Amino acid sequence: RSEKRTQKALEGKMGIRFILMVNKQGQTRLAQYYEWLTLEQRRALEGEIVRKCLARNDQQCSFVEHRNYKIVYRRYASLFFMVGVDDDENELAILEFIHLLVETMDKHFGNVCELDIMFHLEKAHFMLEEMVMNGCIVETSKANILSPIQLMDKAH
Amino acid sequence: MEQLKTIGRELAMGSQGGFGQSKEFLDLVKSIGEARSKAEEDRIVLSEIDILKRKLLEPDIPKRKMKEYIIRLVYIEMLGHDASFAYIHAVKMSHDDNLLLKRTGYLAVTLFLNEDHDLIILIVNTIQKDLRSDNYLVVCAALNAICRLINEETIPAVLPQVVDLLNHHKEAVRKKAIMALHRFHRKSPSSVSHLISNFRKRLCDNDPGVMGATLCPLFDLITEDVASYKDLVSSFVSILKQVTERRLPKSYDYHQMPAPFIQIKLLKIMALLGSGDKSASEIMYMVLGDLFKKCDSSTNIGNAILYECIRSISCIIPSPKLLEAAADAISKFLKSDSHNLKYMGIDGLGRLIKISPDIAEQHQLAVIDCLEDPDDTLKRKTFELLYKMTKSSNVEVIVDRMIDYMISINDNHYKTEIASRCVELAEQFAPSNQWFIQIMNKVFEHAGDLVNIKVAHNLMRLIAEGFGEDDDDADSKLRLSAVESYLQIMSEPKLPSLFLQVISWVLGEYGTADGKYSASYISGKLCDVADAYSSDETVKGYAVSALMKIYAFEIASGRKVDVLPECQSLIEELLASHSTDLQQRAYELQALLALDARAVESILPLDASCEDIEVDKDLSFLNGYIQQAIESGAQPYISERERSGMLETTDYHSQDHHEVPSHALRFEAYERPKPSSLRTQASTELVPLPEPSYYSEAHQPISTSSVSERESSEIKLRLDGVKQKWGRPSYQSSTSASSTPPQAANGTSSHPDVGVGSSSLKPRSSYESKKPEIYPEKQRLAASLFGGSSSSRSDRKSSSGGHKPAKGTASKPPKENPIPVQPPPDLLDFGEPTATSVTATDPFKELEGLMDSSSQDGGSTDVMGVLYSDAAPVTTTTSVDSLLSELSDSSKGNPGTYQSQTSKGPNSQEALEKDALVRQMGVNPTSQNPTLFKDLLG
Repeated sequence: RSEKRTQKALEGKMGIRFILMVNKQGQTRLAQYYEWLTLEQRRALEGEIVRKCLARNDQQCSFVEHRNYKIVYRRYASLFFMVGVDDDENELAILEFIHLLVETMDKHFGNVCELDIMFHLEKAHFMLEEMVMNGCIVETSKANILSPIQLMDKAH
Repeated sequence: MEQLKTIGRELAMGSQGGFGQSKEFLDLVKSIGEARSKAEEDRIVLSEIDILKRKLLEPDIPKRKMKEYIIRLVYIEMLGHDASFAYIHAVKMSHDDNLLLKRTGYLAVTLFLNEDHDLIILIVNTIQKDLRSDNYLVVCAALNAICRLINEETIPAVLPQVVDLLNHHKEAVRKKAIMALHRFHRKSPSSVSHLISNFRKRLCDNDPGVMGATLCPLFDLITEDVASYKDLVSSFVSILKQVTERRLPKSYDYHQMPAPFIQIKLLKIMALLGSGDKSASEIMYMVLGDLFKKCDSSTNIGNAILYECIRSISCIIPSPKLLEAAADAISKFLKSDSHNLKYMGIDGLGRLIKISPDIAEQHQLAVIDCLEDPDDTLKRKTFELLYKMTKSSNVEVIVDRMIDYMISINDNHYKTEIASRCVELAEQFAPSNQWFIQIMNKVFEHAGDLVNIKVAHNLMRLIAEGFGEDDDDADSKLRLSAVESYLQIMSEPKLPSLFLQVISWVLGEYGTADGKYSASYISGKLCDVADAYSSDETVKGYAVSALMKIYAFEIASGRKVDVLPECQSLIEELLASHSTDLQQRAYELQALLALDARAVESILPLDASCEDIEVDKDLSFLNGYIQQAIESGAQPYISERERSGMLETTDYHSQDHHEVPSHALRFEAYERPKPSSLRTQASTELVPLPEPSYYSEAHQPISTSSVSERESSEIKLRLDGVKQKWGRPSYQSSTSASSTPPQAANGTSSHPDVGVGSSSLKPRSSYESKKPEIYPEKQRLAASLFGGSSSSRSDRKSSSGGHKPAKGTASKPPKENPIPVQPPPDLLDFGEPTATSVTATDPFKELEGLMDSSSQDGGSTDVMGVLYSDAAPVTTTTSVDSLLSELSDSSKGNPGTYQSQTSKGPNSQEALEKDALVRQMGVNPTSQNPTLFKDLLG
């Protein structure tokens, strides 16, 4: 029973719960969840969050509370990056994490745009796989993040 | 340079059909990208599903093609449709030898399946094989998959291999292996409890990436059990020191800050270890102090670290000097123009206020600015702060503000939270019972369906019990004021059910108590309630019981009862109700009307809701009946515990335990049969129970039936007896308790702890007399919020004076927060009608924007170059900010134009280039969705 309790305690310590990329029209461009949600739950969640974030202007905080999540979001041109985190997380750090992700994609694609992510969805996912595991940020060196992807590119 | 890149891309496209993908795929992405509504997107995806279903049936699909199909499936699920028809193909792809295909297969599987999906079993074998691969990238891919797909049951299948990989020569493998172990620990702590030392070992890994990742599991472990990791305090401190001294490789720098994400994780761990531990805290003083000096508060990442320092300091036992540094950092945050930093500042204030309660006072006006900011996020954070700093001197202002805000929002989740906070604060700090009732009325009126039912019971009890002292006069005044407020509120439409229950109960008990209102008036009101909420049976039940009490008090006092015609018809209606509860109440009411005064008085004595009802839990009045039954041959009753104890001793239960291991899945190949041990194996197989698997699978129903058969019919008889005496207890108790309102009586007796504190407080009679002083609104609010315990008695008066007008404004919409209710963007029909897309699709406007921004940008086309040199990120953001302020000045309330112009901004040239590039493939930027081509970093 104590095992169940620690499990419960840890579930609240997930850190990052999901990462979404959604464009200005509310269309999902990438979605990665670190806890399991059904298709319907994802659909509902994305709809609610996008509605909330799109209704805000640029002067307002980049953070929104939604249910038990805090959403940290940042807009790059047409694309919103939204990260759902636990209450314990450092919002400013997550905001910079988003920027690091975009910089990393930019380094790989060169002037990354929405279309790059759409055409190379799996690569964007591969980068995230290097950066985040179990909802924790595990790698922040661009060289380390990109090296497996570059090696795969070379092999083909 | 840029042009070269473009040419290179064009060449690549020419040979492979654009970005190395098939025309089909490009068309799909193009059409999704240009879809103008959710409906259109759905149509595209649905037809895509049809296409893929057909294509996947074709024989001998080339692997490259298959990979593309898999990614198209990922699109289908990402856009909210079911792709389960092809999950198996993703699983198959993970078996492939080619690394890219394998990784794509694993990726799709982790996106499609949860850890308990049936198909996972097919992958475990592949994972095992891949963990043994010579190619470390294959091993990494498998470890990634482990972190998503392995559940408690499958951990043993991969655990030994993962442990071996902790010493792999490649740092990337070690890093992922430690995270796999982290995952196991989260899923099933006992599975890795003997491997905990590995986490400590990996903390000293030569590679900073492995060390940084190891902080994640260590953070979890320390959260669970701080005491076991105190020895690591100095290690963490020294790591942090080395990081800040730039000992890590440059590639971990982010905006000139050395490994900031590792720093933050270390600070979080230190907060845990230093909490309530003076000596551990002292070891941290130096490095924390250095961080305050070193962190550049002009960058976001510098502020992120500063904020984490504040958090750590609020957790450990800080030195005065550190406290001062934290307070300074907070005040910088609060003074900033950035809403994000203000938010962090308010949050920091809320953390530090526990340690130094006076800290908020210097920031009074900043806090009030945040409270009145139209930004909801900031407002909520500020309410959280106010909640933390509430005391009896400022509770009235704070709770009033909270309630105004609660009324203004629609988000039920937050409404519930703030309502329960209001109740909590009111119960804890209420200056008077009158005030408490007023607050409760507001909470119930506006969030009644969201608050806990206990709150209602507490309120009823408070009204019934009064002040706890023997001051009957004050008690009846309180009740009268409650009754009066309820009679007023009742006329409002659509009140929450819970609130109506409270109202009905109070009107029944005290509506006619001091003769101000006649019985027919109150009973008429109660009938109105039952009538208006005729679908709510609970409210109706409360109303009928209240009617019964009103009539009972009339009869008992010797007056003649005239049942109003509407009451009569209500009673008749309920006599035929489908609800037995309502029927019962109606019959009781009817019976009561026919009784004489003496009988009625003993059934429903006046104001007796607080009297204890003695309950004979042993049911001793049944002793005679039981005796009789036993004498005539019945078995004596055996308690439930004894019965279950008996069951446990029967042997099938222990057999069940034996079965478990043989039932678990095996992921290894079966051993070769060994001829020598054949005989012993056979013998052991013969000895235990027959058909073991069948037995354990269907154990519950079979076992019970077999037991009851074995023990013949005796048990059945006994159970029958039990049912007759103790069966359906809820029905019984509800009828027996109906002399007092049933639920209220339960609530009163079962929660005696809450609300007593507030009832012992004296009412403040001087409360009403003070006039508001002529301070500016804000300062007055500040004074009433922050006046604090140090302020004198006169301050308190002024606070209550300030409280009055605040209430006045509450009734009409307050001037300072006309929260602009922006209509939520309609996702179902985006595109055409909005101003944004109109400007965006106008080619001339677009050109204008390009010209403007390119001249503004001074020819530096490579924004990334700028970003990486010096303090570039700050300058870019500030330039955007200033642009933004200019724009918002000139065209207020037209964010659409602003958005399309800035986002077009400095990347005009690249945008054009990319544009030209993709035009060739038929994706045309001037067509539907030109934003697809915009550079994200600009």
